[in-house]
Amino acid sequence: MPTPRSEFLAGLRAELPILVGVIPFGLIYGALALTAGLPAGAAQAMSAVVFAGSSQFIATQLVGVNTPGLIIVLTVAVVNLRHALYSASVAPYLGRCSRLWKWLLAYLLTDEAYAVTILHYRQANPAGTGEGPDHKNWFFLGSGLALWSTWQLSTAGGLLLGAIIPAGWSLDFTIALTFIALVVPALDNRPSLAAALSAGLVALLARDMPLKLGLVTAALVGVVVGLWIEARR
Amino acid sequence: MNIWLVMLSAGLLTYATRLSFILLFGRIDMPPILRRALHYIPPAVLTAIIFPEIFSPNGQPDLSLANPRFLAGVLAALVAWRTRNVVLTILIGMGALLALQAWLS
Repeated sequence: MPTPRSEFLAGLRAELPILVGVIPFGLIYGALALTAGLPAGAAQAMSAVVFAGSSQFIATQLVGVNTPGLIIVLTVAVVNLRHALYSASVAPYLGRCSRLWKWLLAYLLTDEAYAVTILHYRQANPAGTGEGPDHKNWFFLGSGLALWSTWQLSTAGGLLLGAIIPAGWSLDFTIALTFIALVVPALDNRPSLAAALSAGLVALLARDMPLKLGLVTAALVGVVVGLWIEARR
Repeated sequence: MNIWLVMLSAGLLTYATRLSFILLFGRIDMPPILRRALHYIPPAVLTAIIFPEIFSPNGQPDLSLANPRFLAGVLAALVAWRTRNVVLTILIGMGALLALQAWLS
């Protein structure tokens, strides 16, 4: 029988492999923020206030080329629209949590914590209907806090090391590799595979849409294609 | 431009996005088709992030051998498929990228 403690630790453990990819990404973010002319304090605060790696990268790039503030805010908001999909996806499992838990876990809902947590939830309850007194919110808290503290520390590391990190090391690639490691094993059925391939293709085609709208457009197309292939069988 | 104001606004909008459906759940009825749609969110979103990173790192689609991220990404996908090991996938993918970059330069 899972206890809050055992679920929390399980969430923490499940997140550990992901951190291998997150640490280099955080270092690079910190270093790039300085290069773009962001004050160190602001770059560090952004990791806590926005707490969404890829949108922070884009925001620092936009700051670096003196983009108007409103455009930066809109771009970050659109890049992070995918989190609404994550929110819908975990919502059924958090239905019985208190409001405080919901507000806290929403803050920790990142790509990396979501990917690990939703896998755990679906294995425990494939139907996705409600949840019993099984403390799954503690699993989310464990994976979320592991990621949060790693992100803050690796940002600080990047700000300290700064220019010592050579761009030639291509450390930004680790986050794409992390996502590859998470998504490929889940493509074991035709609708999921179709959803992934169509979303990827649309993301390539729609790359130049304004305000980075291509990402969320691609994700929605992928979901519809997945449903369509599922219905055809 | 006030960088702190920009950051705070972006953070609030991001947080509201994350909170949206978690708070709405139970107050609105979710049709069965939307419930099934949730299943395809992880593969669709993650692949939509991955593809541009490996197939067009410089803005243009590039499937040639001169694009090391493409080859390293494909190799990483094979490792992920065979081993289901996150750390191994990251290490082999990163190693392949650095080796290819050194070889191509």
